Amino acid sequence: MAETLIKIDKSELLAKVKELQAKGNRLVQIACTLADEFEITYSFDKDLALTNLRVMVSKAEPSIPSITDIYLCAFGYENELQDLFGLTVPGMKLNFNGNFYMTAIKTPFNTGAKKQEAR
Amino acid sequence: MGSFGIFKMVTGWAFQKPATRLYPFVKREPYANTRGSIEIDIQKCTFCTLCQKKCPTEAIVVKKPEKIWEIDRLRCISCAACVDVCPKKCLSMLTSYSPSVTSRTIDSFTQEQPKSPSEATVAAE
Amino acid sequence: MAQRTIIPFGPQHPVLPEPIHLDLVMEDETVVEAVPSIGFIHRGLEKLAETKDFQEMTYVAERICGICSFIHGQGYCQAVEDLMNIAVPQRAKFLRVIWGEMSRIHSHLLWLGLAADAFGFESLFMHSWRVREALLDIIEETTGGRVIFGSCKVGGVRRNIENEKLKTITIELKKIEKMSREITNVFEKDGSVKRRLSGIGVLSKDEAYALGAVGPTLRGSGNASDTRKRGYAVYGELSFEPMVETAGDCFARCMVRVREIYQSFDLIYQAIGKIPDTEIDVKVVGNPPAGSETFMRLEQPRGEVVYYLKGSGTKFLQRFRVRTPTFANIAPLVVALKGCQLADVPNIVLTIDPCISCTER
Repeated sequence: MAETLIKIDKSELLAKVKELQAKGNRLVQIACTLADEFEITYSFDKDLALTNLRVMVSKAEPSIPSITDIYLCAFGYENELQDLFGLTVPGMKLNFNGNFYMTAIKTPFNTGAKKQEAR
Repeated sequence: MGSFGIFKMVTGWAFQKPATRLYPFVKREPYANTRGSIEIDIQKCTFCTLCQKKCPTEAIVVKKPEKIWEIDRLRCISCAACVDVCPKKCLSMLTSYSPSVTSRTIDSFTQEQPKSPSEATVAAE
Repeated sequence: MAQRTIIPFGPQHPVLPEPIHLDLVMEDETVVEAVPSIGFIHRGLEKLAETKDFQEMTYVAERICGICSFIHGQGYCQAVEDLMNIAVPQRAKFLRVIWGEMSRIHSHLLWLGLAADAFGFESLFMHSWRVREALLDIIEETTGGRVIFGSCKVGGVRRNIENEKLKTITIELKKIEKMSREITNVFEKDGSVKRRLSGIGVLSKDEAYALGAVGPTLRGSGNASDTRKRGYAVYGELSFEPMVETAGDCFARCMVRVREIYQSFDLIYQAIGKIPDTEIDVKVVGNPPAGSETFMRLEQPRGEVVYYLKGSGTKFLQRFRVRTPTFANIAPLVVALKGCQLADVPNIVLTIDPCISCTER
């Protein structure tokens, strides 16, 4: 039932993910929060123990390599990163190019406005 | 049971009362806890606007100067947050749902104000 | 080489409870590839966390989905309580478990009805939903709403169920359990159901695990993984084991859900036997602290749901993210559809229990 968080750099992402797959983990989710930088968290689970990898991506270069070669199920989460936040994910299998959610406003979480006005 | 296992259950129902009700001739009685629609006792209201702040869908609008309390029935989700927070307990949850409408209208309740002293004395005489 | 055609499935289809679109690439009657396409019901609920304070967000979280609504509300409240270190009273935890298991039974009975409708067995569909109506009456009596319970709040639950009421509920639940036995006997033993569901949509044990499947999709292929074993709420004090089948086809997943119905009845009786007499809520003061974050994982009827919340020090959360089980099951669905016949496509799509409004929030 342990939960660990490891901060890594963008360049070591693929190596770390392959290592976790070799140990028998499954991909749980990929989440993203936008403050001054993009903070992307990859969560993996084995026998109810959660391991999280955190990658910080700056707004100047909004791109992150795809892990669909290792875990095919990541295509849903990476399409969501493209649609809602405007990140580019090169090398993705089943890439919908921003049309996964078909929102009326493109990249609603990253419009540059300070805070959305309440109705 | 073989290949027609549901046969016994289906034929058994031919001899029982139907499971459905003959609505609208027989109406369903709601339970005591059912969250239907909101009712206000407008004379007790002090227009503190706490219900407006707590409403998650902004269905309630309170106009303090004119002493008017309004609710948009189509926006209300019957969550009873306003009932829980009202300090004067003038809001309550009825067990009947609000009726179907053909256009969006707002239900408005105005508090009656006591008459001024000169009118009261004229009425008494 | 046989000629390939593309047949669109959805978004409007009689078997689908919610809209999803699949482009099926066919060679004669066999599906070669399936390309999913969602986005018909995206409501942007995660972004509402920026403008609604964290206590009002409970109502939004409950309304992410109509079928699995209670456990969404419970998950959100548990995540906020984890951020703010609030200790929930024991009676509230037991009541949440009782309502959560009732929610699971009603969801599985609904699914059994839809699965019967998908292969044309309409009378079984109607009888399953008739049994579910009796359960919804108990839920309305205790919470006020048939589908949206409105019972969870940050710090506990909003309504109590008195001990006298729990005794009458136990008697009624035993009647409902007996009625469900009639229905599930047909699913287990009827020859036409078995012939329609066996051997299609097969996922092997390693395939299901590697593709990220969750819930009955994962347990139907031989993996014993149930998030309730983490011991959240009071599941640590109740005794149960994950229900596992090894065949990996649609019939195995159907049997997992049937067995989970009876497991849920048993868990409710255990919880009613152990429930203590304490408060049902605590007062909540302050806001989620800045820089705090939590991963709260629960078991919904469809699988594992993950709530990722980040506090910001104000009454608005910085991030509210839900990873719902159907989102994780889309990849196994796409793989399971390869090589099946066109007439089996509705059965395979329903076997993952698609709840698309959860997927798209």
